[in-house]
This record gives sequence, structure tokens and C-alpha cells, in this order.
Amino acid sequence: MSDKILYSLTGLFDTPDEIIAAAEKVQSEGYTKYDVNTPYPVHGMDSAMKLPMSRLPYVAMVVGITGMFLALFFMWWTNSVDYPLVIGGKPYFAFPAYVPIMFEVTVLSASIATVVTMIAIVFKFPNNSHPLMDTEYMKNVSVDKYGISIAADDPKFDFDKVKSLLESLGAKNITPIYYKEEDLNFKPKTFEPKFVIAMIVLFAAVSAVTYITLNKLMYLPPFDWMMEQSKVIAQERSDVFEDGRGMRTPVEGTVARGFLPYKFKNNPEAAGKYLVNPLAATEENLSLGEKKFDIYCSPCHGYLAEGDSRLKGQFPSPPSLHSKKVRNWSDGRIYHVITEGQNAMPSYAYQLSRKERWAVVLYIRALQRSLNAKESDLQ
Amino acid sequence: MSSIDYTQELPVIEGRPTLKEINELIAKPLDQKPDKKFYIALSITLTMLLAGAIALGFTFYYGVGLWGNNNPVGWGFPIVNFVFWVGIGHAGTLISAILFLFRQKWRNGIARFAEGMTIFAVMTAGLFPLIHVGRPWLAGYLIPYPNQHSLWVDFNSPLLWDVFAVSTYFTVSFIFWYVGLIPDFASLRDRAVGKVKKTIYSIFSLGWRHSNRHWSHYEMVYLVLAGFATPLVLSVHTIVSFDFAVSILPGWHATIFPPYFVAGAVFSGFAMVQNVLIFIRKIFNYEHIITLDTLEKMNKIIILTGSMVGYAYAMEFFTAWYSGVQPEQFTFINRAFGPYAWAYWIMVSCNVIFPQLFWIRKIRRSIPVMFVIAVLVNVGMWFERFVITVTSLHRDFLPSSWAYFKPTVVDVAILIGSFGFFFTWILLFTKSLPVVSIAEIKAVNEGAQPSHGEH
Ligand code: HEC
Repeated sequence: MSDKILYSLTGLFDTPDEIIAAAEKVQSEGYTKYDVNTPYPVHGMDSAMKLPMSRLPYVAMVVGITGMFLALFFMWWTNSVDYPLVIGGKPYFAFPAYVPIMFEVTVLSASIATVVTMIAIVFKFPNNSHPLMDTEYMKNVSVDKYGISIAADDPKFDFDKVKSLLESLGAKNITPIYYKEEDLNFKPKTFEPKFVIAMIVLFAAVSAVTYITLNKLMYLPPFDWMMEQSKVIAQERSDVFEDGRGMRTPVEGTVARGFLPYKFKNNPEAAGKYLVNPLAATEENLSLGEKKFDIYCSPCHGYLAEGDSRLKGQFPSPPSLHSKKVRNWSDGRIYHVITEGQNAMPSYAYQLSRKERWAVVLYIRALQRSLNAKESDLQ
Repeated sequence: MSSIDYTQELPVIEGRPTLKEINELIAKPLDQKPDKKFYIALSITLTMLLAGAIALGFTFYYGVGLWGNNNPVGWGFPIVNFVFWVGIGHAGTLISAILFLFRQKWRNGIARFAEGMTIFAVMTAGLFPLIHVGRPWLAGYLIPYPNQHSLWVDFNSPLLWDVFAVSTYFTVSFIFWYVGLIPDFASLRDRAVGKVKKTIYSIFSLGWRHSNRHWSHYEMVYLVLAGFATPLVLSVHTIVSFDFAVSILPGWHATIFPPYFVAGAVFSGFAMVQNVLIFIRKIFNYEHIITLDTLEKMNKIIILTGSMVGYAYAMEFFTAWYSGVQPEQFTFINRAFGPYAWAYWIMVSCNVIFPQLFWIRKIRRSIPVMFVIAVLVNVGMWFERFVITVTSLHRDFLPSSWAYFKPTVVDVAILIGSFGFFFTWILLFTKSLPVVSIAEIKAVNEGAQPSHGEH
């Protein structure tokens, strides 16, 4: 017995009424480190032991609400920020459609967190080597007896006093429970080499698996199923058609939307004569023109169309668009240059729609007026 | 038995067994070697499972063309089976969580088993979304993870809500079930003799010591979980019904769907629990724990939910007529009198007419009769999902594309396989875990709680 240490003194009772009375008595005697073990939760025991209400529901609340907002944030971020995509005509941030998933994530995170907190923090992790384990006492309370166990490290603990208290309460099988020093290891185990090595190995394994999965495995067949699809892409060869092309040419004589043939090909003079700007010099049209001019024309012509551009020296400098010649050109003539290009200047018919081209012309006119204002502008 | 006074609360457990007897009775089947009957039952379910597995093998090798699905009917058996099995699961959570919140003590005897059934039914259901895409290895794309295309899943789609709902449902049910099992594992641990068994039970009992300082938290957590599981179970079949209701197809696009689906799910689930429990109580001699009164109460719930389902059927017709939308009206008339009238009337008679026999007390308390009615209920509920899915699709807006859906052998084999899968799990469950909660039954035994005179 020398190496055995006393853990507690235990007693068993036969009925729930007796154990409630016993718990009330022990509590009122001022013991703090005692416990009651019953095969099922006995009503009224919490108040007999004066246990405070469990605070675990707060864990559920905090984690649940956090989970809900994280889910909302994630859906907003994927659908509105990272890859905005209109689906079914809904707005990017389609809140009603997010409600079901927010709810599910709330329930999932709160349930898991509550149970994990109970096991890890309240129960202080499973302890299968507790001194009470494997004793007659435990085997009895596990079936049909109601037990009370007063721990030896209670400040008021006194072997004989506790024994007589239990006897006076009518407890049966009053037995002391012992444990051996080596059975229990209270030393912190966090820095034991075995544990540290295990953690390092685990860390390395998890990192390696994650890295290989995300960066290698996902690019190997069959997981590259989205990247390598067996469909024909434009410019690819296909044996289905006689000409061996995957892409089909349009039927002869058809006109693609927005690509009406240009009537004044190679005929700038006629364009200048017959084409009329359909747009009025409204603020809307001018700002569209400014936007497009700044994007497509300013690299060569400069923001002010004076030929003083950012590409100076790398490309033949274009003439100023404020020249008398251009000022005297009709709108249609400038439109023709944008559509067809001129010498070193390429065509902008593919980058700019017809409306945008006319808007750019309007903007050039505004720029010209800024340097060569007419008398009438002063009024 | 002849005169029952319904004004008195009946004891939940008959015969006032001692706690020791309860302990032994529930734990005993886990110690005994399975008998011949068990192996016969297992070989039947495994054969069914094998049939399903072979059919699936063919499906995955040759493709979903082996099924009866055709052009207007793009959703066939897999969706029908999915909804059916998810529905079966709902009774378990209703019993374990909702009846717990309502303090219905009679639930204690059947909760553990019903929860187990929930888990197995959801597992079975979960197979079908994977099966129905034909290429189950692509299912990974349902998870929103940062992939090499920077594509995200569509959070606006009910089908994705389904993924979240069903997986959450499975996880939470499983946690709930496991938390309920912890004290029982401890009781099993303390009576185990063999070393291997003891170690296994020790691990799963998480060092449970029946300590009241733990019970106090444990009961709170159980309450919290029940509180979460209750709205969760309602949400799951609601979301399943959104798979249909959010579309704009006549026959599917209906606001009545969510409550109607939930009622139907509870209806079919209770029928399934009742069916299986009838066997369990007989085989394991649990007649005084799973009492006839309990079965009667379940039959009452069947009649209630059955009537709700019947009301929904009638309401659907009313809505179609009242909406004045022609395709809607056509769909419903076609449902009842078109080429699938046979399925419709099987559904109506099994779900609406037969359960009404439970109004008669004799029938409610007669085990063979209630068994047959509950089987019919599940037949009817399977046909309900069939009717909703197939009849709404097979005659679409364009008469030239109308077609008749006929299931193939492969379809039927997969359905049979799903029953095999489900019942195999049930059988293994009965032999490996206590099918009735030991701690919960002890707690509602007569004399188990302190007499109130003391306080
Ligand atoms: C790649 C540089 C470049 C860009 C971009 C460019 N241009 Fe030009 N542009 C030129 C050059 C070079 C000339 C002189 C061509 C020549 O030698 O006739 C020119 C000439 C012109 C002329 C005729 C001037 C004249 O005096 O003959 C007009 C008008 C004109 N550009 C308008 C535009 C407009 C409008 C845009 C925007 C849509 C544009 N350019 C974009 C390089 C460019």
C-alpha cells in the first residue's frame, strides 16, 4: 500500500431519493471536491449539488453566428468579387438564395463546436485512466447504483470524518479508491520528444498531402477533366468535316450582327461627302467618345490629339489632329480614317462599334474647338 | 388491455423491470454470437445489395443510357429514390429531437433505433445524387474549393443547397447519435469481460464516468443539439422540395411543396420505423420497452401526417384550377387520368385511404394489420415521388416530344440494391450497438426519478 495514494472515499446508495439527500448533505457540510455518479441523469441533482447552469449554449451561439456570417461573406465574395457571374438574372449578391446555406452552415458549425467543446474543454479530453475507472464502484454506478465520491484532495477531507458522514447517510460499500503514482502522469507531455516528433511528422504529412493534391493531383488525369475536355475548340482540327477544320465558316452572303459591310471602302472622299454623324453632341456621347479616344487613340495621338504621344519615338509620329486639314474635314472623313485606317495607322473597326466611332469623332471635334475656338464660342 | 384510460399517463415501460434487468436485456444481444436467422437475413440483404452493385457497375461502365430516362423525362428513378430515402430518415430526427423537446417520454424506447435509421437512410439517399450524374467521380466539383479554373459552385442553385443540407443533416444526426451513445458505451465497458471488447468500448466511451458534473453539461448539450436538429430536419426536406419547386415546371412550381414534402417525409419515415421495430421488439424480447402503446402512438402520427399529405394532394388540384394556368391544369388532369393514372391511384389509395383505417382502435393496436398498412404507406410514398417526378416531365409543353417513361431492369436493380444497402446497415447495427438507449430507458423507468414529496 505504500506506493498507493488515496484518491477518494466512495459510497453507494440504492435509490435516487437517498442520493439526492446525500448530495445535499455533503454540499452543506462544505465539501467542494466531491462527485455524484449515477447511471442516468437524476432530476434535481444539479440543484442539490448547487451546480451552475452549463454555459455551453453560448459556445453554440457564438460559433453558430460566426459560421453564418462567414458563409454569407464567402458566398458574397465568390459571386460578387472573385468571379462575378449573373445566374438566372439574379443580382450578384442574391441574398434570398443564400439563406438556405447560411442556415445549414450555422447548424453545422454550432453543433460540432458545442460537442467538441464539451469533450475537449469541459470533460478535459477523454481520460480512460482515471482512478475511478475499473473499480467496483464504477461497475455499480454504471448499472443500477447511485454513488458519491469525496476526493482526498478536498481541503476538508479527513478520512474518518468522511467515513462516518457516509455511514450516517446510510451508504453501503464504503470503499477508499487508490491510485499508483505511475498510473497517473501529471507532467505536461507537450514537450516530450515522442510527442514533438509525432507532431512534426503529422505536420509534414498533412502539408505534403495538401500540396500534392492541390498542385499535382488536380492536374493529372482523370482530375483534369475540366481542363482537358474532349470537345472541339476553335482553331482545332476536326475529322468530322471535310475541310478538316473544327471551326465552321459562315454561310456565304450572311452578315454577322454589328458587322454591316462598309460601303466606302477605299473611297475616303465619298465617305466624307455622304456620311453624316448620327449622334448629337450630348454629354453622354462626348464622355463615351472621350473614354474610347483615351483608350484607343491617345497612345499614338496623345490625350490632346496634338501628336505628342506616349509612343513617341517608337512609332511614326502621327500628325496633329488640330491641323487645318483635319479641322476642315467633314465628320464622315474622320470616321473613314478610324474605320479603314490610313497608311501607318491601322483600322479600328474591330475595336470600336459604329456608334463608338461616331462618338470619338464628336470628341475630336471638341478637342479641336478647345485650341481653335470660333468667335461665336465666346458668347 | 381491453379498457385503456387515455386520461391517465401510461407508464412508458411496462412491468417495472429493475435497472439491472434493463442493462442486461439491452446489452445481451451484443454478447451473443449471431444466430442462424441473423445470417439468413444478412444473406438476403447482401444479395439485394449485390444486385444493386452489379447494376451500378454496368451503369458506370456503359453510361446512364441503361436507364429508362428519355428525352422529356430527364429525372427518373435516381431522383425518386433519393427523395424517398431522405424522407425515410426524417422520422428518426423527429422522434429523437422534436419529441424530446416536447418531453414525450415514450420516445426514449425508440429514439436510438430511429436515429440509427436516419443515418442509414441518409447514407442510402446520399448515394443517389452521385449515381444520377452517371460519373460519380466528378462529384468533387460540388465542393466549393479553389480549383484551377477559379470557378465556384453556384450558390443560387437548389441542387447545391441540397448538397449542404444533406451533408449537414448527416453530420448533425451522426453527432447527435454518438453523443447519445457515450453513456451506453460506458455501461457496456463496465460489464465487458473480454479485453478486446473492453478496449473498444473504452475508446468510444471517451472516459465517461457517469459523473453528475458531466451529466449536467451533457444534458444541456443534448438539448442544444435537439434544438438544432429540429429546424434542421424541417429544412432538409424543404430544400429537397426546392429542387422541384424552384423550377418553373407545372406540377413542380408550387409553394405548397415544402410543408407537403416534410409531412410526407415524416409519414413515410414513421411507417418504416414502425415496420422495423415490430421485428426488433419480437426478436430481442423488448415488448415491454417498445410497448404496444408506443406503436399505437406512432400510428397516430402516421394518420396525422397521412391526412396532411392527403390535404396537399387535394390542394394541388385546387391551386391548379384556381390559378387558371392551362399547362398547370393540364398537368394535374394528366396526372390523375393520363397514362400514369395507375401510379397516381396507387399513391392516393396507399397514402390517403388505407392509413385512415387507423382511426379504428382495434386496427391501431393490431400488429399484423398495422404492419401491412405501414408497408403500403411506404409503397405509396415511393409512388408519390415517382408521380411528382415523372408525370410532370413526360408531357411537356411540346406535344411532339411527349414520351412514356419505362424503368429498365437496371433501374429496378438499383432500387433493390438501395434497400439491400439500408437493411444491411440496420442488421449490422442491431448486432454491434445497443438498439435502445440504456441510460434513457433507465431514466424513464418507474421509480427512477426522486419522488417529489421530498422537496
Ligand atoms: C498605332 C498608332 C495610332 C493610333 C492608335 C491611332 N492613330 Fe490615327 N494616325 C496614326 C498615324 C501614324 C497617322 C498618320 C498616317 C499618315 O501618315 O497618313 C494617323 C492619322 C490619323 C488621322 C488623319 C490625320 C491626317 O492629318 O491625315 C486621323 C483623323 C486619325 N489618325 C484619327 C485617329 C483616331 C480617331 C484614333 C483612335 C480610334 C487613332 N487615330 C488611333 C497613328 C495612330
